[in-house]
Amino acid sequence: MTEAAVCPVPHENRTHPLGAPAGFEEAISNGPVKMLWPNGVEAWVVSSYAGVRQVLSDRRFSANKEGGPEMRTEGEQILGLPQPGNMNVMDGDEHLRLRRPLSRAFMVKRLNEMRPRIQEIVDQHFDEMERGGEPADLVSSVCLPVPSLVIAELLGVGAEHQALFQATAREMLGKNGSKAEYEAKAAELGEVLAKVVDEKKASGSTDDLIGLMVNDTDFEMDELLMLAIGLLVAGHETTSNFFGLFTLTLFENPDQLAVLKRDPSRADVIVEELLRYTIGKLGGAGIARRALEDVEVDGVTIRAGDWVTVSSHANLDEQLCPHASELDLERRAVPHLGFGFGPHQCLGANLARVELQILLRTLFTRFPNVRPAIPVAEMAFREDMITYGAAAIPVVWS
Amino acid sequence: MTVRIDQTKCIGSGQCVLAAPDVFDQSDSDGLGLVLIAEPPAELLPGVRDAVDRCPAQVVSLEE
Repeated sequence: MTEAAVCPVPHENRTHPLGAPAGFEEAISNGPVKMLWPNGVEAWVVSSYAGVRQVLSDRRFSANKEGGPEMRTEGEQILGLPQPGNMNVMDGDEHLRLRRPLSRAFMVKRLNEMRPRIQEIVDQHFDEMERGGEPADLVSSVCLPVPSLVIAELLGVGAEHQALFQATAREMLGKNGSKAEYEAKAAELGEVLAKVVDEKKASGSTDDLIGLMVNDTDFEMDELLMLAIGLLVAGHETTSNFFGLFTLTLFENPDQLAVLKRDPSRADVIVEELLRYTIGKLGGAGIARRALEDVEVDGVTIRAGDWVTVSSHANLDEQLCPHASELDLERRAVPHLGFGFGPHQCLGANLARVELQILLRTLFTRFPNVRPAIPVAEMAFREDMITYGAAAIPVVWS
Repeated sequence: MTVRIDQTKCIGSGQCVLAAPDVFDQSDSDGLGLVLIAEPPAELLPGVRDAVDRCPAQVVSLEE
């Protein structure tokens, strides 16, 4: 008997810009399934809440992505390669050695201390948006610049370098970049970062993340540069995209937007539900792991050497919460998987939370009538980047 | 009911602090999780259970 053909993983052609790729939900409806990635690699897709938590936290799955299904382009191949400082692809103690010293910079109390400064940055950008008149593009006026400034301050990168960082981070996350382009961009960033490192060495400062890495860890220079580049890139794109997607989700769910407007002081709980629901609805298969030995997941035996990817659709699993496929901003915060799970869970999660809380609360209290200037379905979205988001969100507010 | 954090595997994600700020903190010296109240009163237990669920490194435990 021949094996059933492995279907290509649905990864494009969303039927709604805030929904999963066409055919994805049907493909995963019967539990873990092996699918064919665009680069020709076969990988399981796990999409239950318990299954995703297991894959992302069980040490029998390795994060080393060399030769794996995510490697669609040369740029992604480089991001996935084992090299000094690339903690995303490391396991066990090797990963902890790099990850743990960074956690001080993202401590909850430290980020709470940053709130007034983040609020100030947010207010300045909404001021400028308002001055520019209607309609305004929320993406270019707020979504992109705010997280970019915040991550630069957290890292300790001066304002004079920020334009270069923003442009470079965007280009490095493009799916279509060649290896040469990626390396040229990384070298450009590396040059500026090397200058910043020298400044931190001279000052002895540990007040920001680069200072902390330079003056209070045993990291080698090549590790430090790779970590700094990774943090810059991650900090630029993700929060930007999600602030835009959350705003669109609220535009599409006016009854839920009313919940936020009624009590904006609940922005912290509301952001958790938006993370759960919005990321869950986008579905798709993401982060890859490789089985080091045979492991049973959701009743299926994943063989040693098999690739496994997890789907954020797990956020809509009834195991996590009742009526999980609905957006319910009155729900208490539940342990969703919007930032992943396990030792590789998003390092910047708490920073993203603070930014998203301030951004959403400010947008809808300052502009209570803000609404899309064109239907959401007609807006342009970027599928050409590793992180998905709206290309522009034209809004009016009067 | 005793709350513990396995410091050897803690990644300092701070999820326990978000779930139960009265029971947990993070160390200023290394960012890792700290238990402030090892035997919390009943009204704090829901937050502690939430911390056990949310901890990405699965190092928070509540022993009956």
